[in-house]
Amino acid sequence: MEIVFDRPKALTDIANHYCPGCTHGIIHRLVAEVMDELDITGSTVGVAPVGCSVFAYNYFECDMAQAAHGRAPAVATGLKRAIPENMVFTYQGDGDLAAIGTAEIVHAAARGENITVIFVNNAIYGMTGGQMAPTTLPGQVTQTSPYGRDTVTAGHPIKVCELLSTLEGTAYAERVSLDSVKNIRNAKKAIKKAFEYQQAKKGFSIVELLSTCSTNWGLEPVEAMKWLQDNMLPFYPLGVYKDKEAEV
Amino acid sequence: MADKVLMKGNEAIAEAALTAGCRHFFGYPITPQTEISAYMAKKMPKIGGTFLQAESEIAAINMVYGASAAGVRTMTSSSSPGISLKSEGLSYLAGADLPAVIVNIQRGGPGLGGIRPSQSDYFQATRAAGHGDFHMIVLAPTTVQEMFDLTIEAFDLADRFRMTAMILGDGMLGQVMEPVDISKGKEQEVIEKDWALTGTKNKRKHNLANSLYLEAEELESLNIKRFERYKQVEELARAEHYLTEDADVIVVAYGICARIAKNAIDEAREEGIKVGLIRPITLWPFPKKDLLKASETAKAFVVVEMSMGQMIQDVELSIRCSKPVLLCNRTGGMVPEPEEVIGAIRNANQEGRS
Repeated sequence: MEIVFDRPKALTDIANHYCPGCTHGIIHRLVAEVMDELDITGSTVGVAPVGCSVFAYNYFECDMAQAAHGRAPAVATGLKRAIPENMVFTYQGDGDLAAIGTAEIVHAAARGENITVIFVNNAIYGMTGGQMAPTTLPGQVTQTSPYGRDTVTAGHPIKVCELLSTLEGTAYAERVSLDSVKNIRNAKKAIKKAFEYQQAKKGFSIVELLSTCSTNWGLEPVEAMKWLQDNMLPFYPLGVYKDKEAEV
Repeated sequence: MADKVLMKGNEAIAEAALTAGCRHFFGYPITPQTEISAYMAKKMPKIGGTFLQAESEIAAINMVYGASAAGVRTMTSSSSPGISLKSEGLSYLAGADLPAVIVNIQRGGPGLGGIRPSQSDYFQATRAAGHGDFHMIVLAPTTVQEMFDLTIEAFDLADRFRMTAMILGDGMLGQVMEPVDISKGKEQEVIEKDWALTGTKNKRKHNLANSLYLEAEELESLNIKRFERYKQVEELARAEHYLTEDADVIVVAYGICARIAKNAIDEAREEGIKVGLIRPITLWPFPKKDLLKASETAKAFVVVEMSMGQMIQDVELSIRCSKPVLLCNRTGGMVPEPEEVIGAIRNANQEGRS
């Protein structure tokens, strides 16, 4: 019998720890599929973040480094500069990348550091129990914005793709979503392109994935997808924000 | 013929790193150690190495973490306030058992402090380089030649014990110019790093650089194991002895203070005071045995340091508070004068007699 669907080889055969309705599992799978298709698992080093996906290092078959909160782009820089022929990716959440690690991500992009960033935006801090993130929407209720994010006191959300696309060193920045089969397919294409750009030494590439956090949003998985569609998609428009290849 | 060149202390450290095979340097500018970065910026591109000026000290130490995890020899340098920023990374390097060389050319503190020489990061270097249970190897050069030699040694020790090694200098040592024999760059120990993140090449199980252990028992056993390794490092504790054999008074000083102390000791000897110097070369591990042995015959100790009194605690602990220990210190960027040290030696000699 022909096997039409299987576990990607780049994923370890370990049950993951993520909450029901969380999209980290999908993203892990997409990254692993891309690693299989490009046949790069043996030459890839991933950098795991601090946060819910800190255990990403257990799930990928490639070499992995765990970085301090927000420092993944700096760790990736060291890994890439040491062995430039290796593929290096970071896997970061929004607290990690857009708050404590803002300097690291901005400067890795500005340097045109030849790495790929997988950026998971679920508009909330997950692991610590649902606090306000830099990406939390205006009015969104979280543990630390119990009356809804007030932009007067808490400031405005950071739109990462828009921000990083202004930098010369960014070769590719695209925002995708995981709320539908069509969008998941687009997400995979974007991830693959981001890795291919690194292979071609084009510079810094980032894919921002709009994701859910059923547990901390306090919604059933299906409701959470709906919330993402109704609230995040209008605020964080999908699309390619920077593509150096297309500019030529 | 010896290949002697006139170099600043900071330059000697940079040249030594290159001799030791370091090809990946990540730094952030801060006085008084910037010559290290400048030297690396000039030399690295010519030998196919990486010089990268990071966006912050925090980024620089994490770049070191990445490069070290990939198995290459790597270094960063900074001065006191910058080392504070690096403390997060130092803790993670320790947690992941990654080797690296860290240079601290100390300046006065706390806070932004000043830019003049100091030794007030002694506690930070030997006690609390970052959060958690861990140590760094801390080497304290006293001449530009030693800045060269000990830097090379630091790379070997770091690799051998999979830990960070710090060169703890000060602003004066960093700036002073002296002839250095750079031909002494010995053969480097090559240690197979089978733990490094070099890519599996689909031939081995994946490697991991990590410091997260949610199971308390597992973390405890790892910490205990790490400290068992530290016991081997403690065997390497060493100090220079100067005129200590018949000494009633032992001066303990490291770095630039040891040089000042030597002058003071020579003058005090002319006055007829039997005084000698123990100069710790390794600050961690601290040469406890040398001091304990000296305390069997010496009557008093003088600790000379450019801090409010930090190393003095290690001296007191080493001799189990069995003899009087006087502190001769300056702080905030002030350097002790030989006369101040002689005064302290005279006082200690008096106290030792009574």
